[in-house]
Amino acid sequence: MSMLLEVSGVSVSFDGFKAINNLSFNIGEAELRAIIGPNGAGKTTFMDIVTGKTRPDEGRVIWGEKSVSLLKMSEAQIAQAGVGRKFQKPTVFEDQTVQENLLVSLKNPRSWLSVLTYRPTAEDLGRVDALAEEIGLSDQLTRLAGELSHGQKQWLEIGMLLAQEPRLLLVDEPAAGMTVTERQHTTDILVEAAKTRAVVVVEHDMEFVRRLNCKVTVLHEGSVLAEGSLDHVTANKDVIDVYLGR
Amino acid sequence: MQRSFIARNPSVLIFLSLLALFTLVVTVLSEGAGAGFISTSFIKTLGKTLCLCLIAVAMDLIWGYAGILSLGHFAFFGLGGYMIGMWLMYERTRLIVVDSLNQTEIPPTEAEVIEAIGTQIFGVVGSSDFPMIWAFADSLILQLALVVLVPGMLALIFGWLAFRSRVTGVYLSILTQAMTLALALYLFQNDSGLRGNNGLSGLQNLPGVTASQDIVSLWFLWASAFALGAGYFLAAWVVSGKFGSVICGIRDNEARVRFLGYSVEAYKLALFTLTACLAAIAGALYYPQAGIINPAEIAPIASIYLAVWVAIGGRGRLYGAVIGAAFVSLLSTWFTGGQAPDLPMGVYTVKWVDWWLVLLGVSFVLVTLFAPKGIGGLFDLIPTKKGSEE
Ligand SMILES: Nc1ncnc2c1ncn2[C@@H]1O[C@H](COP(=O)(O)OP(=O)(O)OP(=O)(O)O)[C@@H](O)[C@H]1O
Ligand SMILES: [Mg+2]
Repeated sequence: MSMLLEVSGVSVSFDGFKAINNLSFNIGEAELRAIIGPNGAGKTTFMDIVTGKTRPDEGRVIWGEKSVSLLKMSEAQIAQAGVGRKFQKPTVFEDQTVQENLLVSLKNPRSWLSVLTYRPTAEDLGRVDALAEEIGLSDQLTRLAGELSHGQKQWLEIGMLLAQEPRLLLVDEPAAGMTVTERQHTTDILVEAAKTRAVVVVEHDMEFVRRLNCKVTVLHEGSVLAEGSLDHVTANKDVIDVYLGR
Repeated sequence: MQRSFIARNPSVLIFLSLLALFTLVVTVLSEGAGAGFISTSFIKTLGKTLCLCLIAVAMDLIWGYAGILSLGHFAFFGLGGYMIGMWLMYERTRLIVVDSLNQTEIPPTEAEVIEAIGTQIFGVVGSSDFPMIWAFADSLILQLALVVLVPGMLALIFGWLAFRSRVTGVYLSILTQAMTLALALYLFQNDSGLRGNNGLSGLQNLPGVTASQDIVSLWFLWASAFALGAGYFLAAWVVSGKFGSVICGIRDNEARVRFLGYSVEAYKLALFTLTACLAAIAGALYYPQAGIINPAEIAPIASIYLAVWVAIGGRGRLYGAVIGAAFVSLLSTWFTGGQAPDLPMGVYTVKWVDWWLVLLGVSFVLVTLFAPKGIGGLFDLIPTKKGSEE
């Protein structure tokens, strides 16, 4: 299988502290992957590197069939190339309605000139309705995002990412602070999304990861400690020592 | 599917109607119309106030909507004033010079006329040569183009440097203050080419126009009202659609916008430049009514006042900015003009000329603390039919 994203030999340090240490990571098209690891393992920093927020000191980040390097691109260019990202704490536009949040995220020209004259087409509004349906917010379209519950905000943010039609979705702790039923719903959204694109989910909660039922990568001190099925990695002695055994 | 822009934004129509009504009533009551209920000097004050409302709309776009607290927009306002002022002063001086030279026996040569105009204009700074920047001062069309081009270019270059380096928040505000201070200090110099601290004067006289100030003041009132109406409409249109979504998103969560694939810097730059041009147009209409412009107009404090007006009026709703600018600047004229009665308090008499700034400062703090939505927030209390806003 050809790879969508290839991260190899990446390192980054903050004031001498190596947050990411010679990390390598690959993911193919339409693959669901979970990343687990203790606090400070470098999971968020890894996403920062892929999305262009943090520049690594060394290493390569190669994208797509044309094998372009993401390291020379700005955050906006990387997003336009097809990388969507959900932040650890929900970030939606609280002053705007659910519909506006989704409309602004739809995959459409991003330059300010085309945005200035843009008016939503019936097709776009239909897309928004379909997305709202998918994330379970159909009856909330006209509400302000700021009025939504924590869980609903998380879904809205995932919906905004889906609206972008990314080829790779990076999701940082989507289930944090959710109730059990909300988690169930989140799992469904992510599994569904991964049928047509690559999805990387960072999560602490083992039950959640188990339900995702996918390959798992364990990060520790900025590099990969183990990789494989959940049962495989949880049986690994190193993993038990640094993560599960605590 | 989508209703027209006006239908979706009833407040725009209401605003434009009120503005038209205001202009009409003021015109009818003016000295120029023969009624004389409103003095010509007050007509000018009202016309100037409309210009201040226009720059407040620009400020609301950049600050209220995009969250960029620019404290330098009066630099663009002032530059716009200087650009039109150059033509006004040149042309009027030329007419006077030509007139007086024609009294002499021998008709003057072209060079003599230019020399005489130069002496007239630049005598106060000990020179008679036209500086380079006056190259187009003899052409109204070109000088009108420069009204937007010069401030627009300054905004473009400044914004490009600042936004590209991702300067945000209070650092950006400080940088804009530095810009306006630097410009003011430069203009204060006699060899800046714009007559140093004398500035440009006599701007109320339109060259070649024989109509009295009573009439001319009305023309400027109408022009200012038209500019405010057009600027308001443009601003409301700009923020009504997805562009508005993006810039409000930049205000509330810049990173989210960036990771959605929008080039935040390009949006900021476009908006900064657009608002600078609006400010410049406001300035170009303001100073012919004020009659004089000098570098003190561009002092950093002016731009801070602008932020205070918009904060008091209420950010992010356009009409709030208009209300704030009109209310506070008219009140300020009243207090500082010595019209406000002194307030005897036994041992001490409060003279408003001195105490107005304190009052303004206190109001600003109170509004910020207790009514962050400003005066415009009062409109939220009016019950609207559910769904009529959508
Ligand atoms: N900008 C930064 N400056 C300095 N140190 C940083 C920076 N970003 C991350 N770090 C450090 O790098 C390490 C990895 O952080 P990261 O946020 O990637 O961990 P994480 O795996 O996402 O943890 P968590 O599960 O708590 O979210 C941490 O020790 C953190 O303190
Ligand atoms: Mg993290």
